[in-house]
Amino acid sequence: MPKIRLENLVKRFRNVQVLHGINLEMEESEFTVLVGLSGCGKSTILRTIAGLETVTEGEIYVDDKPISHLEPKDRDLAMVFQDYALYPHMNVAKNMSFALRLERRPKDEIERKVRDVATMLGLAEYLHRKPAELSGGQRQRVAMGRALVRDASTFLFDEPLSNLDAKLRAKMRTELAEMHKMLNKNMIYVTHDQIEAMTLGDRIVVVSGGIIQQQGAPQELFENPANKFVAGFIGTPAMNFLDGELSEVDGRVKAVGTGFAFDLSDEQTARLNGHRGKSVTVGVRPFAIRPGAHAGSTIDLNVKLTEYLGSNTVLICMVGDTEVLVETESGKNPESGETVTMSVAPQDVLLFDNKTELRL
Amino acid sequence: MNLNKLTPYMFLGPAIVILAAALLYPIGYMIYASFLDWNPSQYIGEAEWVGLRNYGNLAEDASFHESMWVTLKFASIVVVLEMVIGVGLALLLDRNIRGMSLLRTIFILPMMIAPIVVGLMWRYMYHPTVGIFNRTLKDWGLEPVPWLSDSWWAFTSVVIADIWQWTPFIFILALAALQSLPRSALEAARIDGASEWQQVLYIKIPLMMPVLIVTCLLRLIDAFKVLEVILVMTNGGPGLATEILALRIARTASEFRELGVAATMSNYLLILLLILTFGMFFYNKAVEARAARVQQRAEEDVK
Repeated sequence: MPKIRLENLVKRFRNVQVLHGINLEMEESEFTVLVGLSGCGKSTILRTIAGLETVTEGEIYVDDKPISHLEPKDRDLAMVFQDYALYPHMNVAKNMSFALRLERRPKDEIERKVRDVATMLGLAEYLHRKPAELSGGQRQRVAMGRALVRDASTFLFDEPLSNLDAKLRAKMRTELAEMHKMLNKNMIYVTHDQIEAMTLGDRIVVVSGGIIQQQGAPQELFENPANKFVAGFIGTPAMNFLDGELSEVDGRVKAVGTGFAFDLSDEQTARLNGHRGKSVTVGVRPFAIRPGAHAGSTIDLNVKLTEYLGSNTVLICMVGDTEVLVETESGKNPESGETVTMSVAPQDVLLFDNKTELRL
Repeated sequence: MNLNKLTPYMFLGPAIVILAAALLYPIGYMIYASFLDWNPSQYIGEAEWVGLRNYGNLAEDASFHESMWVTLKFASIVVVLEMVIGVGLALLLDRNIRGMSLLRTIFILPMMIAPIVVGLMWRYMYHPTVGIFNRTLKDWGLEPVPWLSDSWWAFTSVVIADIWQWTPFIFILALAALQSLPRSALEAARIDGASEWQQVLYIKIPLMMPVLIVTCLLRLIDAFKVLEVILVMTNGGPGLATEILALRIARTASEFRELGVAATMSNYLLILLLILTFGMFFYNKAVEARAARVQQRAEEDVK
C-alpha cells in the first residue's frame, strides 16, 4: 500500500485560513485517526486528501509522488461519508457498482465483486432495495460496501458512525477494526469522538485550530500528552485542571494550590528546579485521585454529587472554586456534602505552562 | 357534537362560495353556451339550443383541425426546446462565480415582462425593414429574412419569442432543483470516478427528474393557452400558419361573433388540458404512493 505524506498543507477559504501548515506522515496500511472538536479542520484535511478541496499551499505525496493536482478519481481512494452519500435513485447493487460500471469493467466481474462484498457485509438480501428502504445501519453498510468494492488502496472515512445510535456505533466500530485487520489497507478516519479514536487508531492525530497538536499511538497520547488541549481531549472522564504554583517545601519542589499540594517525581523535580515560584496548571486524571491520605501529596475534596456507573463511581467534587472529577471503584464512597482528603501519586501529576499550555 | 362536526365546513364555507362563483359558474356557463347558436347581440336566453351540433361541426372543420395541429406543434416544440435550454443553462450556471446572482436575475427578467409587451418588442425586432434582425443581416450583406410574412418563418419566429420568454421559468425551477441535490452524493460520484458529464447524466438529471416532470407539465399546459404574444406578432397569419387555438377562439368570438362555437372550442381545449392535468395528478399520486410504500417497508424492517 502506498505511503501518504502531507507536507506543510495550508488551506484558505477566501480570507479564512483553516489549515495552518499540516505535516503528517502515515505508514503503510496504518489506521490513522484525525480527531478534534468540530470546526478544527480535521474534515478539511481529509477532503484535501480526497481531492474534494483544493490545496492552497503545500503538497500531498503518495509514495513520494505529488498528487494535489489530480482529480479525486485519479487518486486511488474510496471514501465513506457521514451522511452515507448514497445515490437515492439507485438500488444497493447499483450504488455499490457505480464506480466499476463507470470503468466499464466486465459485467460478470462487477456482479461477482458486488455479491462478495454484499455477503461480507450482510447485505446480500437487500441488493434490490433503494437507500430509502433501508435502516440507518444498513445504509452505513452500503456506503462501506461501495468503498470496498472499489478495491482502492486508501480508504477515507468522514465521521462514518456519528449518525448511528450508540449500540450500533459500538458494533460497527468493532467491525471496522476487524475489516482493517483483514484488508490491510491505508485507512484515514475522521471523528470527534475520542473513544472511536482510541479504539480504532494505530496512530491518533489530534487537531485543533487548524494545526496538529500531537500525534502518536493511543497510549502515548493518553500517558504523555504534549499540551493541555490533548490532555483534556483524550480520556473519559476528562482530565482535571487546577491552578497552582511550584514552590519548595522541605527541599523538594511541589505543586501547590488551594486545597492541594502534590509531590513531584524525581525526574520532574530535577527538570523544574529552576522554575520555583512559577504559576502552573496542574493536570490530574480522575482515576489518579485515590482514596486515603498519602503523606505529602494530598487534595481536599468537597463532594457535591456522586454518579454511580456500576463498577465505578464518579465523584463530582469542589476543590476551592474548581470542579474536580474523581473516578473510584464503587463501594465505600463518600456521601454528597462530605469533605474528604485523597492523594495523587507523583508520576500522575502533569504540569502545564499557564500561558503556552505546553507540558512542562 | 353536531356543531363540532359542522365546524370545518363553516370555515370552508366562504372559500367554497368564492370558488363556486369565480370558477365553477364561468365554466358551467361556458359548457352551457357550447350547446347554443349564440350571437353576442342576443341575451343568452334568446339563443337557439342546437345540442351537439357545434361539436359535430368543429370535428369536421378543417381550419379547426389546422389550429389544433398548430397548437400541438407549437406547444411540443417550445416545451422541448425550453426544457433543453433551461435545464442546460441551470446545469451551467449552478456554480459559485462572482456576479452569478446578478446574472441569474437578468436571466429571469423576460418572464416578468407582460406578454403584450413581449409581442410588440419582438414584432419591432422582426420588422422587415427597420427591425434589428433584418438591418443586421443587411449590414452583413445578407438577404433579409421574411420573419413574419412567410409561413415557416412566422412559426419559427413565434417559437423563438416564446422560448425567449419562458425558458427562464424552467431555468429557475431547474436551478432550484439542482441546488437542493445532496452535495455529498455528488462528491461521492466524483470519488467514484464520474466525469462532469457523467455526473449530470447519472446523478443530477435522475435526481432532478420529479421536479422536471412537473415543470414540463406546467409549461405544457401554459403553452396550449398562449395568446397575446402571437396575437400581437402575427395575428395568426400568414394564412393559418400561427393560428393557435386560443387565438382562433378569440377571433371566433369577436370577429365571427359565434359565441357558441367559441365556447365549444374552449371545451375541446379544456378537455385536452384536463388530460394533461390528470396526467400530472396521477403522476404525483403514483410518486406519493411509492414513497409511502417505501416508508412502510422500511418501518416493517425496523420492527
